[in-house]
Amino acid sequence: MSWEPVIGIEAHVELLTDSKMFCGCAVGFGAEPNTDVCPTCLGLPGALPVPNKAAIESIMAIGLALNCEVSERSVFHRKNYFYADLPKNYQISQFDNPVCTGGYLDIEVEGVTHRVGIERAHMEEDTGKSTHVGAGGRIHAAESTLLDFNRSGVPLVEIVSRPEIRGAEESRAYAQELRSLIVELGVSDARLEEGSMRFDANVSIREQGSSELGTKVEVKNMNSFRSLERAVEHEIARQIELADSGGTVVQETRHWDEEAGVTHSMRTKEGSSDYRYFVEPDLVPMVLDRQWVQRIREGLPELPAQRRERYRGDGLGEALAGVLTAVDPALRHVYEVAVAEGAEPKAAANWVTGEVIGWSRRHEVEPSELQLDGAALAELVGMVGEGKISSSAAKEVLDGVLSGEGSPARVAASRDLIQISDRASLGDLVAKMLESNPKAVEGYRGGDEKVVGFLVGQVMRATQGKADPRVVDELLREQLLA
Amino acid sequence: MPVEIDIGHVARLARLDLSDDELEGYKNQLGLILEHAARVQSLDAEPQVENAHPLGLFNIFRDDVVLPSLDRDEVMASAPETADGYFVVPPVMEGE
Amino acid sequence: MPGVAEAGRRLRDGDTTAVRLLEGALERAARYEAQVHAFLTIDREWALETAGRADADLADGIDRGPLHGIPIALKDNMCTRGIETTAASQILAGYRPPYDATVVARLGEGGAVVVGKTNLDEFAMGSSTENSAYGPTYNPWDTTRVAGGSSGGSAAAVAIGSAVAALGSDTGGSIRQPASLCGVVGMKPTYGTVSRYGLIAFASSLDQIGPLTRTVEDSALTLEAIWGHDPLDGTSFSGRYPDPKSGLNRGVAGLRVGVVKELAGDGYEPAVESAIGEMVSRLESAGVEIVEVSLPSFEIALSAYYLIAPAECSANLARFDGIRYGHRGQGATTEALMARSRAEGFGPEVTRRILLGTYALSAGYYDAFYGQAQRVRAAIQEDFARAYQQVDVLVSPTSPTVAFEAGARTADPLAMYLSDICTIPSNLAGHPAMSLPVGLDDQGLPVGFQVMAPPLGEEVMYQVAAEVERLAGFDLSPGLQEVAS
Ligand SMILES: [Mg+2]
Ligand SMILES: [Zn+2]
Repeated sequence: MSWEPVIGIEAHVELLTDSKMFCGCAVGFGAEPNTDVCPTCLGLPGALPVPNKAAIESIMAIGLALNCEVSERSVFHRKNYFYADLPKNYQISQFDNPVCTGGYLDIEVEGVTHRVGIERAHMEEDTGKSTHVGAGGRIHAAESTLLDFNRSGVPLVEIVSRPEIRGAEESRAYAQELRSLIVELGVSDARLEEGSMRFDANVSIREQGSSELGTKVEVKNMNSFRSLERAVEHEIARQIELADSGGTVVQETRHWDEEAGVTHSMRTKEGSSDYRYFVEPDLVPMVLDRQWVQRIREGLPELPAQRRERYRGDGLGEALAGVLTAVDPALRHVYEVAVAEGAEPKAAANWVTGEVIGWSRRHEVEPSELQLDGAALAELVGMVGEGKISSSAAKEVLDGVLSGEGSPARVAASRDLIQISDRASLGDLVAKMLESNPKAVEGYRGGDEKVVGFLVGQVMRATQGKADPRVVDELLREQLLA
Repeated sequence: MPVEIDIGHVARLARLDLSDDELEGYKNQLGLILEHAARVQSLDAEPQVENAHPLGLFNIFRDDVVLPSLDRDEVMASAPETADGYFVVPPVMEGE
Repeated sequence: MPGVAEAGRRLRDGDTTAVRLLEGALERAARYEAQVHAFLTIDREWALETAGRADADLADGIDRGPLHGIPIALKDNMCTRGIETTAASQILAGYRPPYDATVVARLGEGGAVVVGKTNLDEFAMGSSTENSAYGPTYNPWDTTRVAGGSSGGSAAAVAIGSAVAALGSDTGGSIRQPASLCGVVGMKPTYGTVSRYGLIAFASSLDQIGPLTRTVEDSALTLEAIWGHDPLDGTSFSGRYPDPKSGLNRGVAGLRVGVVKELAGDGYEPAVESAIGEMVSRLESAGVEIVEVSLPSFEIALSAYYLIAPAECSANLARFDGIRYGHRGQGATTEALMARSRAEGFGPEVTRRILLGTYALSAGYYDAFYGQAQRVRAAIQEDFARAYQQVDVLVSPTSPTVAFEAGARTADPLAMYLSDICTIPSNLAGHPAMSLPVGLDDQGLPVGFQVMAPPLGEEVMYQVAAEVERLAGFDLSPGLQEVAS
């Protein structure tokens, strides 16, 4: 029997606000342990939360970018569970009316676009960090646990996809697309390895064509796109193997083990996941009026999908538009300015996504550090178009510009790469060439076309390749027929 | 109405390590209190409270401004066990 | 012992000093603490230092307002930086907070002198101050009886005069009921007007801090010193506040006063009912229109309260886990350590309410209990709103009984809970309410009269209370001779 994987992804994104979600402590990563703490984020007796307005505006922006509905009225809830790094032993989160509901994200896998539904995006607070010291890295083998609450109370947005992802590759594509959107919005640095963006996958399988969902397994602890893809791949295989051998998948949480490349079960006590959600009595409701939402919408930057569209409009093909959309913002800026300065878009895009990126890689220079502005690129593209330099010479000119030798014109001159295309001087040269090659002239008049090529070659050699071959060819034919 | 109570489960949720005798005692008292409390069901469904605040306040936020944090030594002074700036606890059980 | 207003006059006339007022309070504490046990902590040095500063300031012409130099007692569930704060629980034995509650900061700015931290039912859960891990507080009028609770220590301290005024917290009557049993004035403000920042939470949607004083005027003066918008409390009111003092001498002619039908009858002591009835008729002769009003939802208010308050407390008290502060029990894993610390640190009533609230919120029971209790809460707010279309304030007994014998109700939680039947509706609605003494029963025990008002109705509430005080002419002199020995 053939199985179809069904995957939903829960993403947690730490926001880059200055202060925490419910208190004035700095959101400072890498500070000394337990120095960015106060009564509120340490859960001291008597402390109270007050929500950070900037965080609320960030989640509204995320929701709008994901085509979600921003709720008119939204409230915070308490999610009750005991854990050492959760100071109050409840997390302030959202249950039945989150800030954002019902959106979608388009992802591309092998040129095909899939639309993944977004269930919701809600606001919550992060936990502290536990370090398990003792034998091995395995949690249960730890001898004791060290607690640092600097991260406690950092604003966290949880984004829950619908179970509409079909496989490991799509999971990775979804995660990458979501990350680039978050980075584009500038609301988080979204670093997977530092945990400022984290992904959990809910994986289940069902018979091909069936419409109901199978038992889902939650897979945690993936800290790169690759490990997300591997973990999902492995979990799908594990479930199919289990099903084919007559076993049944049990609902559970499984931990991805990067080294071993397997998931292993985390035994959770029965009943331990009764979170007893209720409305947070320390906070009043949020009313997100439409004018406020509109203000946030107007403040959104251009998003990848919109940019790809715009580049297509510039006349770049599907593929080139896609590549350019994904390159470093500094390089896109060079392109934008060059086109504004009148450069032919396709040529400008090809230079940026080809030679320029190649050069920065070869010389290990950050794109933002490159000594190339849009005006210079426009000039370069123009010189090639007007035949002032050959396209092979243009690569040398670019190298010169990037090496700080000055403007394209300056480099072309100093490196002596200008093509000779003025008819007068080339005319004399051609005349001389014909005098000194009477045989060739004979041959041509006898109907031998090949000699033209030979003669062009002679002129080019005489000018060390700087003559414009098209002009030379013309002049030769004129004089031969004269 | 008699109320059924899985007192062991409730105590586990509340992280209270109680003896069987204690659990039995609390179970009986809860039974009595809940029978009285069950009178709330005599009210035929009224609208749910939209906003428990008597002044109907909403949208109370802070600006995103950093305020001074606590002095770590003063915080650690009341902690049962610490080590170089960390709070210390025994191993967290796997899956907990 | 003078009241706030009186002591303030003497201070400014130079007839006394803050240090002498404090010494007077400490001396009375020394005399009566053995029998009454109103205080958990008295920090002489701290108190004398602040009193000295208050005198120095006055000498320099710096007057910080009505509480300047006044000895005030704080219920021990309000955080005081560096001073032990236990909420009368074993789990916080020896705990010294690294910060001050907002009300404590305001008292400081107001030049008040904190005498000490007063006794309470553990985490303010109780109606007799017998649930304190550090032993009960007894009633200054009869030390075989309870002081009421949970702010029993604050009420007793004011009755004795070991403080001129005190702060308490009121979640279901915890200021008004002990005030009633101890013969002092106790007031719970409109929810959101006094900051809860630094108040160790019992039930966040119900808790309010308020004053316990000897007189109605003192109550208004103390309230004005502690209330006002606080950016650290996300439920704090930032609009225009009432002016409680303005009504004090206005009289009551033309006001309409509602007598609550549901807060009388079965379970109400005759002495209490007659004292209340007498005051109501006196008000009538003073020119008030008396209206009997019915608020049917009050019949199930107690039931709703004993679901909502425990539910919130089950989450509020989850933070006491033996990790960052407080008592730590033994455990091989963090989970075991938490469960042991909590079982060892919490007393029986607190444990009972945590279990009750956890149950009421748990899967399968939420709708029938917590959800339905919230609907009752809405019904109570509607009943109040309807009543306030007819009347300016509502009145009732503060408690169905006078101070009861110590130990009489400790074995029967439900009987204990019934002590709050008159006070709970105002907490569920978030409305202001106060209790003041109107007389003694035949055993010489005080009877409290409750005045309730709509949200931000403090002005008319104090207007009526001031008249009740004049009509009652109550003499706050508990059997101190008997207590002294
Ligand atoms: Mg979450
Ligand atoms: Zn903080």
